[in-house]
Amino acid sequence: MPKDGGIGASSKRREDVRFLTGVGNYTDDINIRGQAYVHFLRSDIAHGTLTSVDVDAAAGMAGVVRIFTGADFEGVGGIPCGWQVTDKHGEPMQEPAHPILAQGKVRHVGEPIAAVVAESPEQARDAAEAIVVDIAELPAVVNMKDAVKDGATKVHDDLTSNLCYDWGFVEENKDAVTKAFEDAAHVTSLELVNNRLVANPMEPRVAVGDYARGTDNSTLYTTSQNPHVIRLLMGAFVLGIPEHKLRVVAPDVGGGFGTKIFHYQEEAFCTFAAKACNRPVKWTSSRAEAFMSDAHGRDHVTKIELALDGDNNFTALRTDTYANMGAYLSTFAPSVPTWLHGTLMAGNYKTPLIYVNVKAVFTNTVPVDAYRGAGRPEATFQLERLVDKAAHELGVDPIALRRQNFITEFPYATPVAVEYDTGDYNATMDKLEEMADRAGFDARRKESEANGKLRGFGVNAYIEACGIAPSNLVGQLGARAGLYESATVRVNATGGLVVMTGSHSHGQGHETSFAQVVAEMIGIDENMIEIVHGDTANTPMGMGTYGSRSIAVGGSAMVRATEKIIAKAKKIASHLLEASEGDIELKDGAFSVAGTDKSVAWGDVTLAAYVPHNYPLEDLEPGLEETAFYDPANFTYPAGAYACEVEVDPDTGEVTIERFAAADDFGNVINPMIVSGQVHGGLAQGIGQALMESCVYDDDGQLLSASYMDYAMPRSSDLPMYQVDHSCQTPCTHNPLGVKGCGEAGAIGSPPSVVNAVLDALRSGGHDVAHIDMPVSPNRVWAAMHGGDAAKKAVGVVAANAKHNG
Amino acid sequence: MYNFDIEKPTTVADAVQALGADEAQPLSGGQTLIPTLKARLAAPSKLVSLAGIDEMKGICMDDEGRLCIGGATTHATVMREAEAHYPALASLAARIGDPAVRNRGTIGGSLANNDPSACYPAGALASGATIVTNTREIAADDYFQGMFTTALEEGELVTEVKFPVPQAAHYEKMIQPASRFPLVAAFVAKFSDGVRVAITGASNDGVFRWTQAEEALSNTFSAEALEGMQADGDMIADLHGSAEYRAHLTGVMTRRAVAAIA
Repeated sequence: MPKDGGIGASSKRREDVRFLTGVGNYTDDINIRGQAYVHFLRSDIAHGTLTSVDVDAAAGMAGVVRIFTGADFEGVGGIPCGWQVTDKHGEPMQEPAHPILAQGKVRHVGEPIAAVVAESPEQARDAAEAIVVDIAELPAVVNMKDAVKDGATKVHDDLTSNLCYDWGFVEENKDAVTKAFEDAAHVTSLELVNNRLVANPMEPRVAVGDYARGTDNSTLYTTSQNPHVIRLLMGAFVLGIPEHKLRVVAPDVGGGFGTKIFHYQEEAFCTFAAKACNRPVKWTSSRAEAFMSDAHGRDHVTKIELALDGDNNFTALRTDTYANMGAYLSTFAPSVPTWLHGTLMAGNYKTPLIYVNVKAVFTNTVPVDAYRGAGRPEATFQLERLVDKAAHELGVDPIALRRQNFITEFPYATPVAVEYDTGDYNATMDKLEEMADRAGFDARRKESEANGKLRGFGVNAYIEACGIAPSNLVGQLGARAGLYESATVRVNATGGLVVMTGSHSHGQGHETSFAQVVAEMIGIDENMIEIVHGDTANTPMGMGTYGSRSIAVGGSAMVRATEKIIAKAKKIASHLLEASEGDIELKDGAFSVAGTDKSVAWGDVTLAAYVPHNYPLEDLEPGLEETAFYDPANFTYPAGAYACEVEVDPDTGEVTIERFAAADDFGNVINPMIVSGQVHGGLAQGIGQALMESCVYDDDGQLLSASYMDYAMPRSSDLPMYQVDHSCQTPCTHNPLGVKGCGEAGAIGSPPSVVNAVLDALRSGGHDVAHIDMPVSPNRVWAAMHGGDAAKKAVGVVAANAKHNG
Repeated sequence: MYNFDIEKPTTVADAVQALGADEAQPLSGGQTLIPTLKARLAAPSKLVSLAGIDEMKGICMDDEGRLCIGGATTHATVMREAEAHYPALASLAARIGDPAVRNRGTIGGSLANNDPSACYPAGALASGATIVTNTREIAADDYFQGMFTTALEEGELVTEVKFPVPQAAHYEKMIQPASRFPLVAAFVAKFSDGVRVAITGASNDGVFRWTQAEEALSNTFSAEALEGMQADGDMIADLHGSAEYRAHLTGVMTRRAVAAIA
């Protein structure tokens, strides 16, 4: 029977009351008396020398408070990068300066050149239009492979080239991998593009800077997934404000998907300008600005090869990837194609030898960084497309080939430096085959064919590394931050609790699921627990929410703090019950003495802690408040298997998803409804990437897909009713909840099965197409079906899409 | 958006007079104009709203059996009220945009704008409609003059559109997945004296009549009559479809429209 509370219950999301009734408190809802507004003048040229920025006429316009240009920030730090990757020669990556406002050059369309602070948003915009900017245009660097050729125009003149790093992983394996390919009975290879995406959270970014002259304290309200990280990066590296004089608040945030992890110029600007102008300064991004200033995602061009022996066992894998960094290094950009990508190349398979090469490249495009899945979707897509292609080439069943090569014994140390603690990939594949009704597929295909449609079935496995991660490990890998999480549990006198977590909820439902965990541990009602997050002034230093880490790392910190609370409460109870501490048991919100009917209620113990009249003051401090920091021993490794069934209209190339099944192993599940919701959202984004979404630049570095008129977001009518299951559970072995994280799985696991299904459908119609790059648009499908010259001619659009990639 | 004045006259005559002001512009449903203003791509001194002019709204049948739709009639109204008279046109209106668009956007606005990917121009051209303005009547064949270009003079308003009702008709469209405008769509109208076919979304010249298909269908009204045919012309190539693909889709959409009514 389903539980009605605690761990495992599908408790309704308490935060939805405010989100769905219009009483949330988003950053744009924050308006401070005396507030001024900023409008950023952004470059409409991708690459050029900034010869002059004349603000004279604009400065005299109505309502203008002050106009800032790059010159105002010469003594101020640039935006720092939070991760340093070391290249295959042991040298650090090339790291360009990243100014708040452009200095000397503009390097992508959308880069801020000047900022007008004015009494109203309209006045700020009017004045920005009156600024006269003179830019000597330079050739734009758009195509990654061209960017790293000798003599290519440099995005950053002070760097030796446009190559950020050339990373080899594991470099020591390289020769053995080469040998394994020489010895292979069969080699399958594939070249593909992982399409550039725009995250498109429903709430665009907003920043409000506030400065209190009387105390010299600065406050930034911002749309962030990690306010402490912003406080540290902005305070220490950009503005030189010590953390005790800087508060960062990320209130209700309307979706992040990674793009709100990073520290952006607009945040630093508003904080800086609030002090410079001595008044609050607010910026609200338009959707158009979001397209050209939010960090983009993905954008890899890869060649991948798989070696198999005569029995179809995988013997070696190698990949060669170009990863677009954009014009500057966003906060975690260097880690995405390396440590979040190369380490996952084993996938679910016991391939003994793997070599991954990644060339990270600067181009005149918006910076690229983590987007839901971050590196792991890129790894999963190339690997699972390749395995499918191998199965097809060998004439074997794609599921059987996967099963044959699955890792079945745990813990398993991969050749790419991670150790999977638990998993059961056959169990999720079994579940998937049942859910997807593979047995009934042939009948469904016949039905489609009778209606003039082609039907295809595609499958893939996936694994991801979540719960990022052990600080000492990520430190060795180049992270410039720790990746623990924190929680303070404050018990009030009358028994209610406030949990102050370093995790941040921007749609995930932490306020509900975190409360379920504490309620379960103490045996009290969930409604006695309040979850507080998002304000550096009232939460312990935490690293925030991304990489599906909140419950695995933040939840574990909360468990540790709650354990401390329970331990102390037991001491108080033992005093009140005049019993030995070792005999005290906590159950259903009451402390009892084992083997007796003596007990004291939770609320009596908490009251005693704050009204310590009868209290062991000589042994125990009053009060009941504990903090814990939790640093995980390993990543967690959610895994699963996904199946997609499509219909293809052979006349138009249109693809419709008829069925989609997802069997995930997330370890223990706190709230099954919330977990299903996370999978649903991830699937929408993964299917969006596979079929619809595409961020496209032209050769001049102009963003062609710069609005919803051209950037296709999936809508509910584009998506099927999903079948999702998370009943296969191999609990994580190293965190106290046995949880693995579920936020990114859908986006990581779904694209390959969609493309595999489309190709299966085309094969059934006699079109043996090796690959179609995402998004698998009607035009691309039609062109692929017609092959040869027709394909080349018809996919002018495809060439345009791939231009920045190569 | 830049500041502007707004007037909301209640008669066509007042609207025409108000539009005499320098840099004045008519505002109908605003589905194109408002986003343009928000992006600061237009700076009219004055907007003259047509939304309060009752004589430009509504649907009726005239003595010649034509369906007459007021220029300021919303898509939602056409969707509901034209169903009994001209179901294919009602269906076209029902599939424009989403409910918010259909409740604001108007037929006159759509025809005056003549977006190369709009739906109504295909319906009007295939039906051989007459575009009625405050000064004259213009045959659809003379009205559409290329992408975003029409026979309208400065300050001239589409007050009414008169649609001859065909024996049978169908509008078949494939949408562009981002904007949900037609990627390519075909409106086929079968009259007693022949067949008219209009294609939207495909050509750099805007909506056009596919005369080759019309001839074939006027001889034999069946999808097979168009087998292997596609329209030629200066097709649009963009992120969502190449020129070749769009040309191919002209054939597919037209055959499907015919099949739907044959």
